[in-house]
Amino acid sequence: MQIYLPIADLPVNIFLLFAMGLAVGFISGMFGIGGGFLMTPLLIFIGILPAVAVATVSSHIAASSASSAISYWRRNAIDISLALMLLIGGIVGTAGGVWLFTLLRSADLLDLVIALSYVVLLVAVGGLMISEAVRAIMRTYQGHPVVLRRPGSHTWLHGLPFKVRFKRSKIYVSAIPVLGIGLIIGFIGSLMGIGGGFLLVPMLIYFLRVPTATVIGTSTVLTLVTMASATVMHAATNHLVDALLALILMVGGVIGAQFGARAGQNMKAERLRLLLGLLVLGVGVRFAIDILVQPTELFSLRFAGGG
Amino acid sequence: MKRIAILILTLLTLTASPAAAERLITSLSSHQVLVSSSFTGTELVLFGAIERDGATPFPRKSGYNIIVTVSGPRETLVVRRKDRLAGIWTNVESNSFLDAPLYLAVLSNKPLDEIAPAEMLRRLDIGMNVVPGVHVAAGIESGEETFRDALIRLRKQRKLYVEDPAGVTFITPTLFRASIRLPAESPVGVYDIDVRLFAENANIARASSALEVVKVGVEQFIVTAARDHGVVYGLFTTLMALLTGWFASVVFRRD
Repeated sequence: MQIYLPIADLPVNIFLLFAMGLAVGFISGMFGIGGGFLMTPLLIFIGILPAVAVATVSSHIAASSASSAISYWRRNAIDISLALMLLIGGIVGTAGGVWLFTLLRSADLLDLVIALSYVVLLVAVGGLMISEAVRAIMRTYQGHPVVLRRPGSHTWLHGLPFKVRFKRSKIYVSAIPVLGIGLIIGFIGSLMGIGGGFLLVPMLIYFLRVPTATVIGTSTVLTLVTMASATVMHAATNHLVDALLALILMVGGVIGAQFGARAGQNMKAERLRLLLGLLVLGVGVRFAIDILVQPTELFSLRFAGGG
Repeated sequence: MKRIAILILTLLTLTASPAAAERLITSLSSHQVLVSSSFTGTELVLFGAIERDGATPFPRKSGYNIIVTVSGPRETLVVRRKDRLAGIWTNVESNSFLDAPLYLAVLSNKPLDEIAPAEMLRRLDIGMNVVPGVHVAAGIESGEETFRDALIRLRKQRKLYVEDPAGVTFITPTLFRASIRLPAESPVGVYDIDVRLFAENANIARASSALEVVKVGVEQFIVTAARDHGVVYGLFTTLMALLTGWFASVVFRRD
């Protein structure tokens, strides 16, 4: 059944969109991520303008992160003071990302910047994830015990001033890297249409030594708030959020996430990380092919006013 | 003497044929198309009759030909062309077409070049000539597709530009029908319909009509809200997202 998407200005099969929502939701539930880095490219690949895809996916991620934030809240797995401090950086970063988005769009460079950012970010992160997961799997095969990398050793980050104690996570760190991480995630997220969970969780673990008990719950709160504010900001400045498209995606997404979460519980952590790494790398490579191989259609059309 | 007079009269009518010897009368099946979110396109039928005054010989040597041009609302369209830049394929050049019709259908009963010479069609602004040309066409090597050709081709792919040399059917020698197909993506606005009657390589009569495409329902509401009340619309979309998330967490609660 074809429906007409009012803002994307395109007739699309409603079942295809719902299936995409389900599939991405399944993956996001399985790995505990928002899934924006998959949804935005998928929408671009089915012909929705990158600008509309980025703006709309932010509301889709807001819905899926809302659902998981609530369940982490019930389990008391959120460090609220850490989340609030991340949010200060996050909202400033989001505003910066939306500002750059608008600027690039008027300079007609947005599509290129989105594609390049996806290639660079996803290939790098995917590569790192795969090599880390492969090493972990090798270690378990060789029978060595898995060394949990949460030693008390201090990095240069711990030498920074303005130290704050976060009781729930039992960490004592400078406010600077916390604000910085929030800023980066908000900025990248609103520019690229991703929640940034797959970046944020490793950053919180490696740079701030946030324990596993609170890391995912806290990161979900940041994702929720940055993506909700990105939705409002994109709607207010660029008028490109397609509410109908978002609704179909988010309904599919929250249902898929439930099944994904169940599937994920039966898998080993290293295997999950390896799979996620392959997925991230795959999307990055797909974007690389798109801009490196001569396209069959060289011409494209858009209205002078929008798109 | 009387026979000579008739002969002269006939010759006069023949040479002065564009002087409205025929009249064109048209009627459209509907002048308004309502687009809702389930709209999958529609087809309108244009009926036309050719009325002759008594003095016009019938049939004309070449018979009658009809060209129907339907042109939708106009807007500036930008055609972008990808090229390799530092190993990356990206939009490098672009050309703007001011006041290009967003929809264009050229329907006729036979190929246009068999109806009238190309030069005449261009002068009368008939067929794909409706699409404006560009003043600056930089960087295009000869033999390559021009931006204008690309514009027409891309619009044709989406069925928003149509050229159908069998789109007009003669039911009787003086009665014809044309079917105007409007795809799901048809833009909102007023569409001008220009019907021209040709005979012996000349345009001998003309009639015009119009139709309007109007969006109704949720769809139009969303478009207006997003454009005119961005912040409220954004807040509403966010609220919808939060409610969906909350609803899911209630429905699928496991603990």
